[in-house]
Amino acid sequence: MRIGLTAAACATALLTSAAAYAADKPAELKIGITAFLSGPASVFGEPAKAAAEMMIESMNAEGGIGGVPIKAFFVDEGAGGESVLAEYRRLVQDTQVDAMFASISSGNCNKVAPLAEDLKVLNFMWDCGTQRIFEENSYRYVFRTQANATPEMLSTVLYLLKTKPDFNSIAVVNQDYAWGRDSWAIFSTALKALKPDVKVVAEFFPKFGTPDFSTEISRLQALRPDVILSTSWGGDLDTFVRQASQRGLTNSSTLVLPLAESSLERLGKALPPGHIVGTRGDHYFLHPEKKADSDFTAFVDAFRDKTGAYPIYPVFHMSQALSALKGAYEKAIAANGGKWPGREQVVDAMAGLSFKGLGREVTIREDNQGVEDMLLGTTIEAEGYDFAVLDDMMMFDGDQVTTPVGKVSIEWLGTLSPDFLNGVNVEMFKHGS
Amino acid sequence: MNAQLFALAMFDGIAYAALVFMVAVGLTLIFGVLRILNVAHGSFYAIGAYTAASIGGAIFAAGFSPWLAFPLLFVAAALVGILLGGPIERLLLRRIYAKEDALQLLVTFAVFMILEDVQRLVWGVQPYFEATALQQLGNLEVLGVFYTKYQLIFLPIVAVIVLIGLRLFLRRTLSGKLILAVTEDRETATAMGIDADKVYLLTFIVGAALAGFGGALASATTSVVPGMGADMIVLSFAVVATAGLGQIEGAAVTALLIGLGRSFAVYLMPELEVLIPYLIMLLVLLVRPEGLFGAVRTRKI
Repeated sequence: MRIGLTAAACATALLTSAAAYAADKPAELKIGITAFLSGPASVFGEPAKAAAEMMIESMNAEGGIGGVPIKAFFVDEGAGGESVLAEYRRLVQDTQVDAMFASISSGNCNKVAPLAEDLKVLNFMWDCGTQRIFEENSYRYVFRTQANATPEMLSTVLYLLKTKPDFNSIAVVNQDYAWGRDSWAIFSTALKALKPDVKVVAEFFPKFGTPDFSTEISRLQALRPDVILSTSWGGDLDTFVRQASQRGLTNSSTLVLPLAESSLERLGKALPPGHIVGTRGDHYFLHPEKKADSDFTAFVDAFRDKTGAYPIYPVFHMSQALSALKGAYEKAIAANGGKWPGREQVVDAMAGLSFKGLGREVTIREDNQGVEDMLLGTTIEAEGYDFAVLDDMMMFDGDQVTTPVGKVSIEWLGTLSPDFLNGVNVEMFKHGS
Repeated sequence: MNAQLFALAMFDGIAYAALVFMVAVGLTLIFGVLRILNVAHGSFYAIGAYTAASIGGAIFAAGFSPWLAFPLLFVAAALVGILLGGPIERLLLRRIYAKEDALQLLVTFAVFMILEDVQRLVWGVQPYFEATALQQLGNLEVLGVFYTKYQLIFLPIVAVIVLIGLRLFLRRTLSGKLILAVTEDRETATAMGIDADKVYLLTFIVGAALAGFGGALASATTSVVPGMGADMIVLSFAVVATAGLGQIEGAAVTALLIGLGRSFAVYLMPELEVLIPYLIMLLVLLVRPEGLFGAVRTRKI
């Protein structure tokens, strides 16, 4: 029976691939995009959606991909995991999208990855952070067009150790859900490996969406740790930073905020100079290598005109996913002798693909993980901005800070030694230059 | 735990309790009179916060005195009470007083869902922050820790004033006495010439305004974000159920209990912080199913 099934599957595969080679150019290239359009994480989903619409419009104005215009369908992740899965199936099976971009939530990525594999649809994990997916399973159809939690946290530890080598104590205030817990596990493992004498004086995991950090802030003022880490984001991060700065906690401790690039503009003067900010990659509207590039600045201006805010990292992630899609199709078209490729050919073209969104080039490794360089900086006040911007920026080499293929992040980080810090390549940038 | 930490935990607990009380008291007042568990109360809280934050942002940007932040709290509360609470009672709740509890709950839940989307339409999804009121009062150093005077002094004082004010209003004024009479026995009260419909409307407006006031007060201390109403309504339910439905003083005591429990948890066992309100509720309801201050009611035939 099993042999029979396999034979049938092979036959079907042969048939479909035979059909694929003869694929005609479709009227449009359909993609499904999952993003939070409601709930607290819509601070990421809404800008990403606006960016997707702008970028697709301009790509289509230039002939789309291989002459085929792109059409996007959006799914609200805020409706919950089950609803995302149902919509995902509907888009793939009924609307027959050619590729899916899913998703922002790591929980949704975990659920969507096996589904994409079942449905044999090209899926870009365009924004979610969990490092586990490619460490625990291997996939043919699922790719991550961006970094993951491990390089994000490891580069934060490296930046902290390079800029404040003599700090002794650290406290953490993270959101009480998978990301808050996992990111602390990665961060603390790396920190203990690279600086074994550091003292963790408090670990707080307040409820997701908590409106009030007063008690944690009182306790932190009494403990006076040198460094306070928070991987929180959105309203939670804004609330914490504002309440901390209102009560002077930002004067006695250095905040380390790996996701704060997405809150800089909203926080305004509430985030004072001298605190460490990460960008989940090299995502920054004043990207030191891009801010003189007229395409980049034109996009930033157009995005501000449309949404009233500077682009934040999900916008960069969206640009990477779209650029990967274009790159894969163009590579597959070239490999197919200029003819429109079948779906499997596009998936094949993803191997080793390099593509460039708004930031530096990203490359897909053999485990389908994207390798992306990491930019961090320290806040300063600068003319022309009524919110903190980044100075003393460091760009870390994605190859060095991403877990090697086949290794599990937590185990790999545990094997690092303090020498690792001196071995990493760092490029430095100042705000004005 | 030394005396310093004990004192710090007390301060934090009281400040938090003040905010929770403001919302819970409106909820319990409405339940006491209308016998409706109003899920939309969470929306009134959120809309109060959005109103204060957005009006505040606009008028301070236009250069008006930052002290206007304080009268603005009342404006936001009044807007929520009159523009939202009034029509909702008049047009919707009035039709369902005679219906089953479950239906009433579903109707207010529907209102809550609708208002959540209204908030997204009106204010979008980006967090608002407007802390002028808090910044105006400045900071205070206690035992080596900086507190905002707004949270440490202003909020608890406002909560106490609201508590005493409500007590005096209900016991000493004619409108208050009418409310109490209708609460006690609607039929007899109506027979004696009290316009119960008017009393219901008034109570609902006051209750909604209190929630809006709580939101406006909170807006100075926190980010105003989508979903803040849902969190608050769950916590307020816990307070109201623990206190005994309809118990105003009970709500104050329970809010304090939960506020202190939460802040002590942060000092002693941070992992328990989220659980504390519900642990307290569970323990109380196990011993006294009618709530700390609730009275067992004889059923009317």
